[in-house]
Amino acid sequence: MTTPLESRFQDAKPLYSESEARIEANRCLYCYDAPCVKACPVGIDIPGFIQQIASRNIRGAAKTILQVNPLGLSTSRVCPVEELCAGACVYHQHDSRPINIGRLQRYATEQALHWEMSSGKTLFTPEITGDRKVALIGAGPASISCAAYLAMAGVHPVIFEKDDKPGGLVTTGIAPYKLQSLDAVAEIEWLVRLGIEIRTGVTIGSDVTVDQLLTEYDALFVGTGLGKDTFPGIDGETETGVWGATELIRRIKADDHFQLPDDLNRVIIIGGGNTAIDIAHELALLGVPQVDIIYRRTVAEMPGYQHELVAARKSGVRMIEKAKPLSISRTSDGDLALNAEHTTSGEQIQFTADWIVMAIGQAKVAGRLIPQIETDNKGLVIVDPLTRRSSHPKIYAGGDCINGGKEVVNAVADGREAAFAMLKEFEKNGSRNG
Amino acid sequence: MADLSINMCGIESPNPFWLASGPPSNCGEQVMRAFDAGWGGAVWKTLGEPIVNVSSRLGSIDYEGNRMSGLNNIELITDRPLKTNFEEIYEVKKRYPKHAVVVSLMVNSREDWREIIQRSEDAGADGLELNFGCPHGMCERGMGSSVGQEPDVLSRITSWAKEFATVPVLIKLTPNVGDILVPGVAAVEGGADGLSLINTIKSIIGVDLEKLVPLPSVRDKSTNGGYCGPAVKPIALHMVGALARDPRINIPISGIGGIGNWRDAAEFIALGATSVQVCTAVMHYGYRIVEDMIDGLSNYLDDMNLSSVSDLVAKAIPHYTDWGNLDLNYKVIADIDAEKCIGCQLCYIACLDGAHQCIHTRQSPCSAFHGTSDHGMNPRIKVQTPVTHSQKSRVPEYVPFVDDAECVGCNLCHLVCPVPGCITMVDSSTGSESGSWNERLSKMEK
Repeated sequence: MTTPLESRFQDAKPLYSESEARIEANRCLYCYDAPCVKACPVGIDIPGFIQQIASRNIRGAAKTILQVNPLGLSTSRVCPVEELCAGACVYHQHDSRPINIGRLQRYATEQALHWEMSSGKTLFTPEITGDRKVALIGAGPASISCAAYLAMAGVHPVIFEKDDKPGGLVTTGIAPYKLQSLDAVAEIEWLVRLGIEIRTGVTIGSDVTVDQLLTEYDALFVGTGLGKDTFPGIDGETETGVWGATELIRRIKADDHFQLPDDLNRVIIIGGGNTAIDIAHELALLGVPQVDIIYRRTVAEMPGYQHELVAARKSGVRMIEKAKPLSISRTSDGDLALNAEHTTSGEQIQFTADWIVMAIGQAKVAGRLIPQIETDNKGLVIVDPLTRRSSHPKIYAGGDCINGGKEVVNAVADGREAAFAMLKEFEKNGSRNG
Repeated sequence: MADLSINMCGIESPNPFWLASGPPSNCGEQVMRAFDAGWGGAVWKTLGEPIVNVSSRLGSIDYEGNRMSGLNNIELITDRPLKTNFEEIYEVKKRYPKHAVVVSLMVNSREDWREIIQRSEDAGADGLELNFGCPHGMCERGMGSSVGQEPDVLSRITSWAKEFATVPVLIKLTPNVGDILVPGVAAVEGGADGLSLINTIKSIIGVDLEKLVPLPSVRDKSTNGGYCGPAVKPIALHMVGALARDPRINIPISGIGGIGNWRDAAEFIALGATSVQVCTAVMHYGYRIVEDMIDGLSNYLDDMNLSSVSDLVAKAIPHYTDWGNLDLNYKVIADIDAEKCIGCQLCYIACLDGAHQCIHTRQSPCSAFHGTSDHGMNPRIKVQTPVTHSQKSRVPEYVPFVDDAECVGCNLCHLVCPVPGCITMVDSSTGSESGSWNERLSKMEK
């Protein structure tokens, strides 16, 4: 087996054909001061680009999207549009199906990517690179977005990535029925042509220190995301077969040699967020006969999106509410056993499983990695909400390391705002040598 | 159930729905299928000296995803031998004696007219329709619209036809004239029994932007064609109405132009048409559309307590008048139903940029409400909470409100609103005194 497991997944929302895109684009009412735009974290002119698709100005549509969201292609596929733009569509008030904004955005941006790759032409022309340079830590969406805006303005961005592939969670964390690693990397390679330098396999601290970066670069952007999966700290959680959710997702997406055991019959997921729903849904689609999410509160209280849970349940995932994990043990047959307690009755329950997956959160790493910046009591980097500047005047931050784990599109917005703030600061300070 | 049968200047038909002369009435087999589907009559594809057609021949306008809102053609008259056509007409009339078969004709010389009229009547035609309308191809040979645009020629050929014909003669008019009354009156003077209009409008449907060749293209060239379909209906309605309300036009009218359903048909009839002819809609959807046309018109007549189609003919004509007779004291203003509003704000931007700046939103770019003496971005009325907002509104923050004092009642907001019944135009006239421009003028003269 030379391809990761994720290649077995089908695209849940395939690329529109030209006629599908035009029919859907023509449904758009072209609202003024549109609610969808207000619901978009990066404020894409959604009615504007949809009108451009309708008029068959596809490159224009892509430009409308990409100028405010360099990761317009991947976000078109991973954004929870049901909660954001499409969720705000006025058609809901009209008792009609909202516009498929995500699929239209994918159509425009994917067409633009193909056009650039096949024609050798470019939608955007970056400024001539000057003598400013910015270091960015982590090649996830926040850094890529920040770097894209810096490159466009003639600043040389250098991204340091510990992994061997760029993209961060976009490459290793997105559910494969939405976006697969190859596509994520292809988008980043497309953006790199703006003049972004990415150095992979670099560990901050040992290969290069933050102080070195602060000396050599005009500014530093921290886009480290989050660290390893956290575990609840119960007995038995180090047993073989107990996984961290993001680690398991990463294996499915990026590990060419990872396979599910043939006798994997029952997996229990512990958690109630989108990561819990994602890994449950992925395992169900991969054919695991029984996948249960165990959550300590009720379904209605789950922080994960209801539309994702509905989709996962349609694929066979089951929900077990109000169960609090107490410990993990082995049964006499060698199976894993999760010992839990009903949160209201106090009744003790035992669930047996082949695997148990922890999806209860991830470690905060930015503060440990970059001690020069302040973090809050949750370990999140404290930034100015407008500029994303940290307590250190030369260091900016964005993405999961400041918000604890939001959407890709929020990371993109952070990167963009940080880039604008840096550029403003550079302009204020004049030429680097002046 | 209302009586749908009609008598159009002596041509009887079980209902007012006729196929217009064109591709759907090209041959006997088609016309018979159309009659089986329910069509009351057919105007046979224009006969004349057979021609050679080009390919392609049709082009269309798609508007916001709707196919064929307007259709353009550069097809000429029949390209089949006259003998074949007449044999088929004979066969159709034999099998469908109660249906109307009108034969469209287009030839050049007086002798040619005599001969083709004779042959048409021999084949059993119930009526003749002289095609003085086609604005492409045939007009370059001195026929079609080149006749329709010359009142003297039109009148003379009409009188020839009347001289030779024993069945009713309809004159099909071209809309490509400055004033439709001129050819209309000329046809009456020539002795026509009825008028058919409109024929197609001279047009170029579009340009292939890659090849830079107009459409429809014939290899690397194109020519102007004739425009028809839903987009031309308003032009046709006006021309039919203009003729119907003129006292000099004392002959029945067959209405043509963008008719696709019973509503369109009823509108033409209300503006003076006795029969209606359909081509584009059949080309788009087939003969089957007539089923709903019959059913819908019948239900409508019942609802209106009209016992027959003829009771509807020209019913709207008394209400069609000159602008100078319109009541300047009548005033409607827009009313937005906050409960139905979906918050698209299309009315707001349409009024702001395209009308009279009388609709405002909570997000309107005016920081402070203040009174101004003219239309403007700021509402004249002082409102802290927009007046039409209701607790039941689904999108209270998005519901625009109308500045009643400023609203001119233009109707634009009502037209752009995607929600039926959300914006209504409410009568806000003060007093019942009527006053038109003409009345004001006459008072001033006194």
